Amino acid sequence: MPYCNKNRGSSLTNDNYIPKTNTMRKDEVPQDEGIAEGLKEVTYAVDDDGSYSLVPSAGWEPKNISNYQAWDIIAEQIDSTRQQVQNGKLSPLAYHMARNLMDLPLLAQYMGMMRWRVRRHFKPKVFNRLKPEILEKYARLLKVTIDQLKDITLVEDLKIPGHESK
Amino acid sequence: MKIKYQHRQSAHCENGVTAGLVSHYGIDLTEAMAFGIGAGLFFGYIPFIRLNHLPLTTFRVVTGAIFKKVTKELGVKIYSRNFRDQQQAMQVLDETIAKGTPVGLQTGAWWLPYFPDAYRFHFNMHNLVVFGKEGDNYLISDPIFPEPVICASDDLRKARFAKGALAPKGKMYCLSEVPEQVDMAKAVKNGVRAVTKGMLKYPLPIIGISGIRFLARRLVKWPKKLGEENALLHLGQLIRMQEEIGTGGAGFRFIYAAFLQEAAPHLEDDRFLAFSERMTAIGDRWREFAVRAARNCKGRADAEDSYPAMAKILMDCADREEKLYQDLSEAVE
Repeated sequence: MPYCNKNRGSSLTNDNYIPKTNTMRKDEVPQDEGIAEGLKEVTYAVDDDGSYSLVPSAGWEPKNISNYQAWDIIAEQIDSTRQQVQNGKLSPLAYHMARNLMDLPLLAQYMGMMRWRVRRHFKPKVFNRLKPEILEKYARLLKVTIDQLKDITLVEDLKIPGHESK
Repeated sequence: MKIKYQHRQSAHCENGVTAGLVSHYGIDLTEAMAFGIGAGLFFGYIPFIRLNHLPLTTFRVVTGAIFKKVTKELGVKIYSRNFRDQQQAMQVLDETIAKGTPVGLQTGAWWLPYFPDAYRFHFNMHNLVVFGKEGDNYLISDPIFPEPVICASDDLRKARFAKGALAPKGKMYCLSEVPEQVDMAKAVKNGVRAVTKGMLKYPLPIIGISGIRFLARRLVKWPKKLGEENALLHLGQLIRMQEEIGTGGAGFRFIYAAFLQEAAPHLEDDRFLAFSERMTAIGDRWREFAVRAARNCKGRADAEDSYPAMAKILMDCADREEKLYQDLSEAVE
């Protein structure tokens, strides 16, 4: 399974991990650190006398796993786009779009352009002839400099949650 | 300029904003009560609406509905508007907080700099409360964070005018008139009634209890129909929808159980304590489903985690919830 890094996560890699049926008791609120990266969120749990209270949780393994799964797909898309840019099949703009987790309709909406026009800018030939104003507008939206917009090696890799620094 | 606004962390942003704004005006309301009176609990499996090429499953009503229902039931008048002009949107916001009124905003998550990277998606249904401004920074009570946060005005403007599905279009809202007395029991009853109606009687087979059963029947076929890999992606998406930040666990079932418990004294009806316990048990079942699904995603599934076994859990959830909503609906007659 390409989308699932089996070396990640804790409790579910343990073969003895058995789902508890009373997971939401106050002293058993899961604290599986992972996707939330330190942000504690509120969960609802019952204490000994059965009354509900708000308990902070660092995360829960099934949730971590499913979120890492989603990020793995994003990472894969960014990687494959990067390769296509490096092979000269796509313009750097395609990489920036992927890196910003955007798709064509969203990018076109932000730019206030028709989709077919933005799609044309994915062609390296067309992209290289773009007017400075349009490049400027892309750069501002994607929060990069014009140089970075044109040369993706100048852009820092997107930090993918769960992928240790490459 | 800073309004004395009590920040409280909540599981879900819209509940939190609703409870916070209403409480600010002296009607003490917890997140769970806001969720219950706002009739937030729901289920829909909507295969023809796609999120990242995967079917949409929802465990709550559409965004904005909770705030609307709570204020209506409590007799609170609201002021709400969208904007076309971005400068004007920020100006009206400034004027409103200058008058001492905390303002709720719908925003996109992508442009909010204080969001952790892992949660920064192009997601446009986030809600927060602005309660002050210092220099160029807004003071914000964002319900999913433990403490108040600050946000530069340019970032907030971009967040208010995020593009994409369900774009917020600068939406702001605040309370304009709050009654001195509220009939909490009546509000609670109406909230419960709306949920039981949505879950039992919605005339579409993909909504409510029949929606859960529909999902269970579909889920059994996923591996054959979609292939193993794609089936796992579908499972992953389902867990995210159920457990993602905001649901308080088990697709809002635990928050709702907390509401039922809190409702008991308001209605002077101890049956609601038992209803709450049943809802907690149902939530535990949903969690069990998530564990089994996650084990599949992780390549750790054993016989107990097969697709038919998971579907069986969903069917059990549907059966138990159906009975519970029937009993609830009788109790609020």
